Amino acid sequence: MTLKTKAPAGMLAALPLVLFMLVAFGLPAVAMLTGAFSTSSDAPGGAQWTTANLTDSVQGAYLTGLVSSVKLSALSALLAAVLGLPLAQAVVTSRHRALREGVLAASGVLANFGGVPLAFAFIATLGNAGVLTEHLGLTGAGWSLYTFWGLVVVYLYFLLPLMVLAITPALEGLRKQWREAAQNNGATGFQYWRYVALPVLAPSLLGGYVLLFGSAFAAYATAAALGSGSVPLITVQIADALSGNVLVGQGNIALALSLDMVVVAGLVMAVYVPLQRRSARWLD
Amino acid sequence: MARLTRKPLWRGAVGLLAGLYFLVPVAASVIFTVDVPGQGFTLDAYSGILSADGFTDSLLLTLELAAATIVLVMVLLVPALVAVRLGAPRLRPLLEIICSLPLVVPSVALVSGYSSVLRWGPEHLSRTPLFQTFTAVQDKRFPFVLVLAYTVMALPLAYRALDSGLRAVDVRVLVEAARSCGASAPRAVLQVVLPNLRGALLNASFLTLALVLGEYTVGALLGYQPFAVWIVNTGGNQAQLSVAVSVLSLVVTWMLLLVFAALGRPRDRSRSLSRSSRRAGRDAAAPAPIAQEVA
Repeated sequence: MTLKTKAPAGMLAALPLVLFMLVAFGLPAVAMLTGAFSTSSDAPGGAQWTTANLTDSVQGAYLTGLVSSVKLSALSALLAAVLGLPLAQAVVTSRHRALREGVLAASGVLANFGGVPLAFAFIATLGNAGVLTEHLGLTGAGWSLYTFWGLVVVYLYFLLPLMVLAITPALEGLRKQWREAAQNNGATGFQYWRYVALPVLAPSLLGGYVLLFGSAFAAYATAAALGSGSVPLITVQIADALSGNVLVGQGNIALALSLDMVVVAGLVMAVYVPLQRRSARWLD
Repeated sequence: MARLTRKPLWRGAVGLLAGLYFLVPVAASVIFTVDVPGQGFTLDAYSGILSADGFTDSLLLTLELAAATIVLVMVLLVPALVAVRLGAPRLRPLLEIICSLPLVVPSVALVSGYSSVLRWGPEHLSRTPLFQTFTAVQDKRFPFVLVLAYTVMALPLAYRALDSGLRAVDVRVLVEAARSCGASAPRAVLQVVLPNLRGALLNASFLTLALVLGEYTVGALLGYQPFAVWIVNTGGNQAQLSVAVSVLSLVVTWMLLLVFAALGRPRDRSRSLSRSSRRAGRDAAAPAPIAQEVA
């Protein structure tokens, strides 16, 4: 076997992956699509094609869930992006290499430290019997973890490190010479950021924001483990519907809601990928 | 000059605030577990973990699932990626699209698809041999269906880690060199290419492991009890215990990261070589900034 004859071998090597994805990803995707557009089999009259699931999924309580999911993700992603930029800049410009690499490694862990442990850490800190809540008397001040703003505070814990990871390559790509050139031309620090750095960073910042939005939007475990039923979220509604907390015959509403989520996530990626490409231009 | 060497205050302030925000919940969790109201200082929450009902079972299940997922991810991805570098570059866009598709489907949506596929078993296939497959993948002792879902979810992360590792190595040259020294093609790949990818392989494995260890959504909604689901189910009646387990799982993740970083560091190289490869290794080690459903 010489190198020249590798093309069919290459096909062969990729074949298991393609087959696997057809079964483990394609089948569920098809099931979701067909389910979203048909009545469930336990409905009177059996499974029939319909668009009722989809129209139901953007009405009433489900619309409230979708809107509050979008609001929560948009707001916490915005906060994380705005706060993450100076944090990342402080890390990148730090002269202590160990500190810089330590923070980046920590960001890697914390960005993945979502879900259940995160929820419990915050229950212990700011929950009703949490350490800070009791010592600072926060309940009297009107604080509750199980609200919209409580969730924002929790989400920032994994969104901020994610922003640091997303924006660091772009910040490292800012050349020292650009700042020096701006200073030689008499620009102040503010002017340098306003007219040079931020325009260069804009695609990365926007891309980072969209990425954060997407991961906040998809988050389920944190909200589930917090048990914050007071904030309606589309992920929690899907989970409830899957666990059978809906009327008989409406089981497919979960699939329609899932399709809604896929549409939003697809839009996110459609914005993210071109921005990623654009920001990569400055980095080599 | 004074301006250039000045230490900006804002950097310290930002660092301090961020440090507070990220350390306080961890510190508070530790305090919460050892300072029980009415009892004072106690380590009961930690000593109670091992004897807690279901702890060992769910942890073992999760570790087995993680091992199976890592193996499956590697078996699927590594040959395809190496082949793309060796002689099938036209496959590259296809692979990239395939491996990015799961990003468009949040895990809650994925699990709703899985649960309706699993319902086909009893509804349509009960008279066919396929039905046994459906039963087998849902075995409570080792639900293979979770491995399938986790592999799908891990693909984008693992793909990025492996791809950036491959970018730092010229696979074609390595294989040609090995072949002209008389190595067979499989040997060239196994003994020359793969060792050079050690950092990327470890990094991809670590990301997959972290994903499976923390995964809650799919396990909970399909009705299994891996580790994260067990923590939540226990939390209902024993808050201290759940927080203690959460703290431990954070510590374990940290230690695993350190172990993987140490394993991935190249040994016995000249200084300049090790510096440049360390840089390449760091690029590969920076986790892909894509949070697959972790939260």
